[in-house]
Amino acid sequence: MTDNLQLNSEGKLKHFLTIEGLNKSLLTEILDIAESFIGMNDQQIKKVPLLRGKTIVNLFFENSTRTRTTFELAAKRLSADVLSMSISTSSTSKGESLLDTIRNLEAMFVDMFVVRHGISGAAHFIAQQTAPHISVINAGDGQHAHPTQAMLDIFTIRQIKKDFANLKVAIIGDILHSRVARSQIQALNILGAAEIRVIAPKTLLPSHVESLGVNVSHNLTAGLKDIDVIIMLRLQKERMSSALLPSESEYFKCFGLTEDKLKIAKPDAIVMHPGPINRGVEIDSKVADGPQSVILKQVSNGIAIRMAIMAMAMQKQGVM
Amino acid sequence: MLEIHDLLNRLEAELKRIIIERQLTDPLMIGIRTGGVWIAEQMHERLNISEPLGLLDISFYRDDFSQIGVNPNVKPSQLPPQIEGRNIILIDDVFYTGRTIRAALNEIFDYGRPNQVVLAVLIERDGRQIPLCPDCAGASITLTAGQRIKLTGPEPLAIHLQTLDAAA
Repeated sequence: MTDNLQLNSEGKLKHFLTIEGLNKSLLTEILDIAESFIGMNDQQIKKVPLLRGKTIVNLFFENSTRTRTTFELAAKRLSADVLSMSISTSSTSKGESLLDTIRNLEAMFVDMFVVRHGISGAAHFIAQQTAPHISVINAGDGQHAHPTQAMLDIFTIRQIKKDFANLKVAIIGDILHSRVARSQIQALNILGAAEIRVIAPKTLLPSHVESLGVNVSHNLTAGLKDIDVIIMLRLQKERMSSALLPSESEYFKCFGLTEDKLKIAKPDAIVMHPGPINRGVEIDSKVADGPQSVILKQVSNGIAIRMAIMAMAMQKQGVM
Repeated sequence: MLEIHDLLNRLEAELKRIIIERQLTDPLMIGIRTGGVWIAEQMHERLNISEPLGLLDISFYRDDFSQIGVNPNVKPSQLPPQIEGRNIILIDDVFYTGRTIRAALNEIFDYGRPNQVVLAVLIERDGRQIPLCPDCAGASITLTAGQRIKLTGPEPLAIHLQTLDAAA
């Protein structure tokens, strides 16, 4: 599926739904603009007037802390008016359809929807159905994509490692259910990372995972060799019940990142995690809080990257 | 004729005058990207200002965002953490409509409340659209329809007076 829906007739960003179908120069432009928003942290008044008078609705059909709050902060720093809706507490629980919710919000003159939904393709669906002047940003849909998370991860990697050409990146854990991993793999491939290695038990890998452009390892000790960037994924505990894994402690023994295992990677390797962390399940606290961890940097960078994406999607969209 | 060295000399003399006149003690010099930074680098050196030059990128403060979008070449602004109470010398290459300066002032004030801001430009041309004007300039000129000024640099720094298509 290519998403030309994401770009306007001039090839500029209109919606941001998936990394798929975007090219290197557009991804680089997002990273460059985000870099300038980082500089804003020195300002006494941490706000720029780019989106004054625009109304952004955070439409969260699934729980989120980091993503929702950083989207909200990003919008506020762009001077937009933001409305955050947790849909479990709203009309949909009274039986209103998704499309009715959208139509009602459109009638309130909103300019952008930031959507998180448990069903793959939900943000895409809204982008297709909504009024032409409205932009849609995907804040995570089912097991499909989480493109802003991937962009902030890529941004954090570039900040520290500068270049992707010689970079070996390991993504470890529940690849099968991870929309984050899917988006990360696409972005790293577009930006030309030297190697992407996925490390996971067979039960947590999608079939034909190699077709995504990755190497596969089932052994953490062997897989970490020569790695520059380690991305840990959250072990979604709800998976445990579906018999994909024997137990949390067994998983930690084989695939949990400890200080000893971290030593196998390159000495200057960085450790990332999209959060929320399960300490002692996929990552040891000593590693999560250790000097090689950039987990909190990822959170801060989430604001700048979301500012860049929202600002770009809100620029004038050609001739309507 | 516009000769870059004459303009720079003139601007330097004007700046020295205004620093005394306005009592700009311990001034902070800020150049507006891109051309303004080139001019500011010259003045910064000539006036022997020890504190590093501040760099201002006004891309996020422009008033034409809804028409042209985000400048993909935007660079982070680099200003010292302490703007509060400072005497600022703001430098740009060409003063034309005044909109750049409006954006620059808004950005500076988001960093803190300065004591004074003076505006120095290499060239002031006609075409003002908002009630702002420079405090000193290397030259003030009036262009005919279709003419425009372009600065290239930083090495060598040069001024070009271009005449656009006669039909323009």
